[in-house]
Amino acid sequence: MTIDHEMLTGFSKTFGLFYLIAMSIGVLIYAYWPSNKKPFDRAAKAVVSDEEDKPCL
Amino acid sequence: MISQLTGIERIVAAFTFLILICFGVAMAAGGRDDLIGTHGWVISLAGIAGAIALLRGYDAPDPSPDRLSEYYDDPSKAGIILTLIWGVIGMLVGVWVAALLAWPELTFDAAWAGFGRLRPVHTSGVIFGFGGNALIATSLHVLQRTTRARLPDQFSPWFVLFGYNLFCVLAASGYLMGITQSKEYAEPEWYADIWLVVVWVVYFSIYIRTLMRRKEPHIYVANWYYMAFILVVALLHIINNLAVPVSLGHVKSYSAFSGVQDAMTQWWYGHNAVAFFLTAGFLGMMYYYLPKRAGRPIYSYRMSIISFWGITFMYMWAGSHHLHYTALPHWVQSLGMAFSVVLLVPSWASAGNALLTLNGAWHKVRDDAVLRFMMLAAIFYGLATFEGSFMAIRAVNSLSHYTDWTIGHVHAGALGWVAMITYGSLYALTPWLWKRPALYSAKLVEWHFWLALSGTVIYVFAMWNSGVIQGLMWRTYNDSGTLNYTFVDSLVAMHPYYIARTIGGLLFLSGAVIALYNIVMTIRTPVPAASESASDIPFVFEPAAPTAPAGE
Repeated sequence: MTIDHEMLTGFSKTFGLFYLIAMSIGVLIYAYWPSNKKPFDRAAKAVVSDEEDKPCL
Repeated sequence: MISQLTGIERIVAAFTFLILICFGVAMAAGGRDDLIGTHGWVISLAGIAGAIALLRGYDAPDPSPDRLSEYYDDPSKAGIILTLIWGVIGMLVGVWVAALLAWPELTFDAAWAGFGRLRPVHTSGVIFGFGGNALIATSLHVLQRTTRARLPDQFSPWFVLFGYNLFCVLAASGYLMGITQSKEYAEPEWYADIWLVVVWVVYFSIYIRTLMRRKEPHIYVANWYYMAFILVVALLHIINNLAVPVSLGHVKSYSAFSGVQDAMTQWWYGHNAVAFFLTAGFLGMMYYYLPKRAGRPIYSYRMSIISFWGITFMYMWAGSHHLHYTALPHWVQSLGMAFSVVLLVPSWASAGNALLTLNGAWHKVRDDAVLRFMMLAAIFYGLATFEGSFMAIRAVNSLSHYTDWTIGHVHAGALGWVAMITYGSLYALTPWLWKRPALYSAKLVEWHFWLALSGTVIYVFAMWNSGVIQGLMWRTYNDSGTLNYTFVDSLVAMHPYYIARTIGGLLFLSGAVIALYNIVMTIRTPVPAASESASDIPFVFEPAAPTAPAGE
């Protein structure tokens, strides 16, 4: 098999589409996975709850 | 600074400076008939300065083990000052080159003062000097707070900060001497590029080593953005700068790419520099400092993750919109156009997430100019990304390409988004790091805010007008089917707008000078005795209370 322009464009036009769709689905599953909600909330709240980090307000 | 290094770190520092001096002297000797010789001296002087600082502090006692129960913020502090200084330098040169366009005779007949040499000093000065130092300073701060772990050692953060600034100095001084490889935002020649790779690898290793020791199980989203910034910029920098120097004693190198491949590689780099340097890194800044300053957690953490992956993977394919109507294959242009349009979704998700976080805290936005800087940044981020997606459409691009509209778009992003979020974050961070009750003057922050906003609006409107007029003049035909206006006609029509943009830039620059003064005065004002107890410490006693809330 020779790697030429036709082969590379064919690959980009097919595989490129499918891997991006698969990755999008993967990201959505990760973001909405029910058991992930708790660590997400905790991380979001930790940023603002750290009283000692802002002695100035 | 040296007294904070452990014994082993002092030895590592000594070897680093020795290697730097050796390389510098070798470059100075090997390149004595070439401009690289001058840079060899600059590098050896940097090494000698480091060695002198090391020798003067070498006998200091080892740092106390108590340091491990506190975050290591001194590199961030130095980074903040360097950011503000580079901001003033970069924006000053920006106003200068804007004035050169309006009054081209201002070059004093000196080669270094020509537009072609000064302009990259402006672009690199603001992007790498101002933006890069801001990213290094804030990333090291955010990394430690969100992982609740101290930086892995005391030497590598200083190496990254000063090594990076050495790169910036080599870049800017090289442009003035006429050293350039003529690639937009990647002008420095091969030896400076190799040095930046070394610095960048150490920077990434700091991130990885700190994350490996993190006390928080989940990695906060701001760190994902900062890591995407570090990792992808390394990838872009290395690939776009693949080149073979004429000889080791010569500045000139030849790129590994040529023709349309060179153009595509360059704009894959150029657009992703916008994406990962000027967007991802600063989004990391926004996702930490905006919620923190507003006192409200980010509106939707899930949305921040989804837009992270959207931004990182779609930006990669958008670069070809810089090459519409060129020799680049039509389908690659269409691909870039399609991805640029779809990019609007994660971009607006991020901007919306930031603004919705402020819902319920609008009274703070009204009263606190620091938070208002961040809000305005989110608005400009939304505007600039919408404009960018729109301009990437081939038909729109046929009007906007090669005109000042592009310059207006870049500055809506650079002044409105990058600089606003940076100043907002630095204003918030400075009193926290130096343990001051507040900034030196809230009034000066107000002044800065309104100067920055009016400067940006004047600049962007001037360039929109100028760009659309240029675009229309270049495509107006007369009855006999030839162009109605000469190029010089369009140039004359630009003159009033070039004066207006100089004024806009001058307003923005005055704001940057005020910021430098205000932050220096904040640091120099003595601490009131009462606020001394407020220290912030990392989470060190691990087995005791695993579910203790942050800050305990």
